[in-house]
Amino acid sequence: MAKEHKRPDGRGLTELRPMTAKVGVIPNADGSAMFAFGNTVAIAAVYGPRQLHPQHMQDPASGVLRVNYDLLSFSVYDRKKPGPSRRSQEISKVTEWALSPVIDLAAFPSTVIDVQIYIIQADAGTRTAGINAASMALAHAGIPMRDLICSVAVGKQDKALVVDLTKEEEDFEEGEGATDFAVAKVANSDEFTLLQLDGKIQPEIVKEVTRIGAEACKKIYEVQKKALKEVIEK
Amino acid sequence: MRRQTNEEQEFNEESEISAAGVSEDPHAKRKAVIPGEIIVSGEDFLPGEGARREGNDIVSARFGLAEQAGRIVKVLAVTGAFIPRRNNVVIGRVTNITFRGWVVDIDSAADGFLPIEESPRFVNKNAMDQYLAIGDVIAAKIWSVGGKGIDLSLRGKGFGKLEGGFIFRVIPNRVPRIIGREGSMISLIKDKTGCGITVGQNGWIWINGPTIEAQVRARKAIEFVADKVFVEGLTEKVEEWFEKN
Repeated sequence: MAKEHKRPDGRGLTELRPMTAKVGVIPNADGSAMFAFGNTVAIAAVYGPRQLHPQHMQDPASGVLRVNYDLLSFSVYDRKKPGPSRRSQEISKVTEWALSPVIDLAAFPSTVIDVQIYIIQADAGTRTAGINAASMALAHAGIPMRDLICSVAVGKQDKALVVDLTKEEEDFEEGEGATDFAVAKVANSDEFTLLQLDGKIQPEIVKEVTRIGAEACKKIYEVQKKALKEVIEK
Repeated sequence: MRRQTNEEQEFNEESEISAAGVSEDPHAKRKAVIPGEIIVSGEDFLPGEGARREGNDIVSARFGLAEQAGRIVKVLAVTGAFIPRRNNVVIGRVTNITFRGWVVDIDSAADGFLPIEESPRFVNKNAMDQYLAIGDVIAAKIWSVGGKGIDLSLRGKGFGKLEGGFIFRVIPNRVPRIIGREGSMISLIKDKTGCGITVGQNGWIWINGPTIEAQVRARKAIEFVADKVFVEGLTEKVEEWFEKN
C-alpha cells in the first residue's frame, strides 16, 4: 500500500488550480477569451469565417479550422525563441483536432476560421488552457457549435493520480516518476477529442484517468459557462 | 451630397425587415445561452435559427440570446463576424475594377461583386472609375449569395456612392438593435442629432451631418446602443443619454 501522496502546493489529488476565465479580451477579434489555471495563462482570438489563401487550401464542401498555438518568449523562465517550433506545430494540430468535432464547419464553405492561441505565462498544462480558451473564443465569435470543449491534464505521481499538474509536479522523479495525460472532452457528452500521453502508465489505469478527467471537466465547464454569460448579462 | 433624411428613413426600415431572422418582439422571453445548453424541454417547442432538437430538448447551437416567441425558440448571435444574406443592405469599399464590374470589400468572408449592369445609370466601360473609383465607399444591397461569391446591386432608393461624413464599424450582430423596431432607434438618433445615418448589416455605419460635433455625437449615441445588449427599454435609456450628452 503506497502512502498518501502529498502535492507540493497542498492541493487535493483531484483538485484543480484556481481558474480564471474572461471573454472578450481582444476587442479587435471576432471572438476572444482568456483562460488561466493558476499561473498558466492562455489567450485565444478567433478571426473569421474569412477568405482562405492560398486558394488551393480551400474546401468547397466545408470550412477549414486553422489553429496557431505558441508560447510567448517571456512566458517561460528561459526565454523562448519566438516563432514556430516542432512542439508548437504539434500542439496547434492536436488543438485543431480537439476542437473541430464540435464546430459546424460545413456552414462556411471555402472559408477559414483562424484561431490564435498565445500562452502569456506558462506553468504546465498550456495546451489544455489553450483549448479551454479557444473553445470559449469560438463560441464568442458566434460560430455554430454543438457544445463546448473542456480540457485538463491528468498526471501520475509515482502511483497516485492527480489532476492539473504544475511544472514542479511534471518534473517529479520519485518512484515510477511523473506521467502527463492531457485530455479534452465534449462538455455535455462522453466523447473525448484529445488523449495525449507523455510518460508511462498501466493500461488498466487509463479508464480511471478518463473518469477523473471527465470529473474535472465539469468544473471547468462551469467556469467557461459563467464567463460567457457574463459578457451578455453585464 | 446625397439624398436627404426622409428617404433614408424608408431605406432603414427596409433593412430592418431584411435583418435575417431577428425580431424585436417585446413579449419575447430572452436569456443568455452557450452552445450545447438546453433552452427548453418539451414537445411543444420548435427549434428556430441557432437551435436544434435533441430528443425532448431544444438545444442551443450557438452563443447568444435565446428568444422564445410563441412555439419557436431561436438563438440570436450577439458577437461575431458578418454572415451575408440576400437582401442585406451593406456598406463597402471598392477594391478593384474588372471588365464586368467592381469588386467591393464588404467586411465578410467573400468579397462582394457589383456588375456594371446593376448600376442605376449608364456607365462608360472605358472609364468605369469615373463612376466608382478604387477606394470609394458605397451602400448596396446583396441580391444573391452563391458559392462563387456575393452579388451586389445599386438598384433601389438610397444606394450608391457615399460622399462626405465618415464611416465606422460596430459589431455586425448589434445592427438590429441600432435600427430598433421599425427603425425607431435610428430615427430617434437622427432626430436628436440632425445627421443622416446609413446602417449596413455588415456593421459599417455612415454618418453625414451638418457639423463635426453633431456627427461625433451621433456616433457616440450609436456606440452606446451597440454596447447595451441585454437592456430592456433601451429607447428611454437613449433619450436619457441625449439629455446628458
